[in-house]
Amino acid sequence: MVISRKRKKYSAIKDSPADKVFLGFVYAFLVGALLITMYPLIYILSASISDPNYVNSGAMWLLPKGITFEGYRLIFANQQIWQGYANTIIYTILGTAINLMVTIPCAYALARPEFKGKKFFMTFIMITMFVSGGLIPTFQLVVRMGMLDTIWAIILPGATSVFNIVVTRTFFQSTIPREMEEAAIIDGCSDIAMFFKIILPLSLPIIAVMALFFGVGHWNSWFGALIYLNDRTMFPLQLILREILVMQEMASMPEPGTMDATTAAFMHTRQQLSQVIRYGVMIVSTLPIIMIYPFLQKYFVKGVMIGSLKG
Amino acid sequence: MDAKLKLQGKAVVHPELGELNKRSKLKEFKNSWQLYLFVLPAFISIFVFAYIPMYGVVMAFQNFRPALGFFNSPWVGFDHFIRFFNSHHFWPLIRNTLHINLYALVIGFPLPIILALAFNEAKDGMFKKFIQTTTYAPHFISVVVMSGMIISFLSPTTGIINHILGFFGVGPIAFLQIPEWFSSVFVWSGVWQSTGWASIIYLAALAGVDPTLHEAAIVDGASRIQRVWHINLPTIKPTIIILLIMNVGNLMAMGFERVLLLQTPMNMTHSNVIATYVYEVGLIGGQFSFAAAVGLFNSVINAILLIIVNRVAKKVSEVGLW
Repeated sequence: MVISRKRKKYSAIKDSPADKVFLGFVYAFLVGALLITMYPLIYILSASISDPNYVNSGAMWLLPKGITFEGYRLIFANQQIWQGYANTIIYTILGTAINLMVTIPCAYALARPEFKGKKFFMTFIMITMFVSGGLIPTFQLVVRMGMLDTIWAIILPGATSVFNIVVTRTFFQSTIPREMEEAAIIDGCSDIAMFFKIILPLSLPIIAVMALFFGVGHWNSWFGALIYLNDRTMFPLQLILREILVMQEMASMPEPGTMDATTAAFMHTRQQLSQVIRYGVMIVSTLPIIMIYPFLQKYFVKGVMIGSLKG
Repeated sequence: MDAKLKLQGKAVVHPELGELNKRSKLKEFKNSWQLYLFVLPAFISIFVFAYIPMYGVVMAFQNFRPALGFFNSPWVGFDHFIRFFNSHHFWPLIRNTLHINLYALVIGFPLPIILALAFNEAKDGMFKKFIQTTTYAPHFISVVVMSGMIISFLSPTTGIINHILGFFGVGPIAFLQIPEWFSSVFVWSGVWQSTGWASIIYLAALAGVDPTLHEAAIVDGASRIQRVWHINLPTIKPTIIILLIMNVGNLMAMGFERVLLLQTPMNMTHSNVIATYVYEVGLIGGQFSFAAAVGLFNSVINAILLIIVNRVAKKVSEVGLW
């Protein structure tokens, strides 16, 4: 609103030649940023449906060449990728549900001015933003709690996020009218009833933002699974992707003479397979986020903006 | 818990008043127990997964054995630290960690500010919206996919970057095998992925620029570039400083996952940072206490950096985190 009003006033005054040159640079910079961002994305999309030979030789550099859906066919036929997909969906849904149940009520309590433990608790959580035990003690804790190779090792250590509690609290403080809470309290409404009947229906935007932040985090996470899971059938999609995208390429291939023919053939087929499907799996794994992102962009942006209020 | 502590203190000073106070405090707790219930799950979760591991750093001073736990493992004092300081890994690790992260900070920190200022100058409309939507998008690509993209694009035989370089008669360059290239690969891929998203927070701050300032400046004949420099930039200065402090506060731990995924045996001399070393010796090598000591050393350096930057920022600009 502020921006559009400002814009109207500006347009009344003509830009000087120097201003026009400056604006020219601004637009050139923005278009440059756009092209640099878009090129790799278009390239991946094109490469995923192009003949790998054209892709590898560099003959395909922007638009698809020798269109083939072999890569996608192999991906859809790949049991591991499906399994990983299913696991990731479970971790994301369950994890996000727990995140919301832990984070939203806590943020609401901390937004209530009459809540006595507020100061102590804010200090208690803010400290953890800058001080942490680190990787090894956390790992040992999870081991000692017997959570190795269980879904809890993936979900519970990140059950909430201090940053997101603070963002949600800011939302409550700036959007829920205090008079309404007071009226409800005078009418004898309990805190629990107020939270479920009055506050939650008014906070759908922040719930959406938080669900997205946490959900994307779960969808993209891999490191927890790497250190806490040994059982391959529990691997999330990102760990399977790591094998296809990172380990295939990075593993220094043994000299041809040092391994027997079957191993060599096996390695070769895997290498070939990886070449055919690598761009496709990038698309398939990012697709759910790409699909929802343009529609929910304003919520994501809103989340960051609320966060910056208290900066 | 807090309320109880306060109550005890008061009860000693004014016994009769304390009694009264106790009753009203109790009533207060009865009234707001539901709010405590709201906080409880988060409290437990943060206590268990943030505070217990903080206590767990004592293992850096022990010969930790998983069977004995944090409480019963034998104490060894500063042995692990001394071993780390004397190891031939020490200086390369410090150098790599500082080099990669300072490089990332110097390049990666100003770019979102410039992008946000540029967005702010551009006319609202479909075109601007489209650029924003596109530049924010890479933020949502996972670290694994991002690393896969980097590896594919930079491949010396099949990667598009080397094909393009070849077109100009350069290369091919095996970026991920040549140690000296590692920091640039890491920093510029990070720029590609996060510059757009990081600009949002500055755009939010820019929305708070007082329009009357611009009107007055225009009347006084200020050019656009002068207005950006003298009005927009000073307005978002507090945001810039806060984010700078927060970035330095994470300096030693930035981008750990991407570094780990892009490491190859060949580039290890320049890609081995403290955070990945902790993972390698601790979780792969099983030297838990030694790795915890290295991790603790890293955290302490980080905390010192944070305190210094905060103090400098406060002195120079009167903006600080605390």
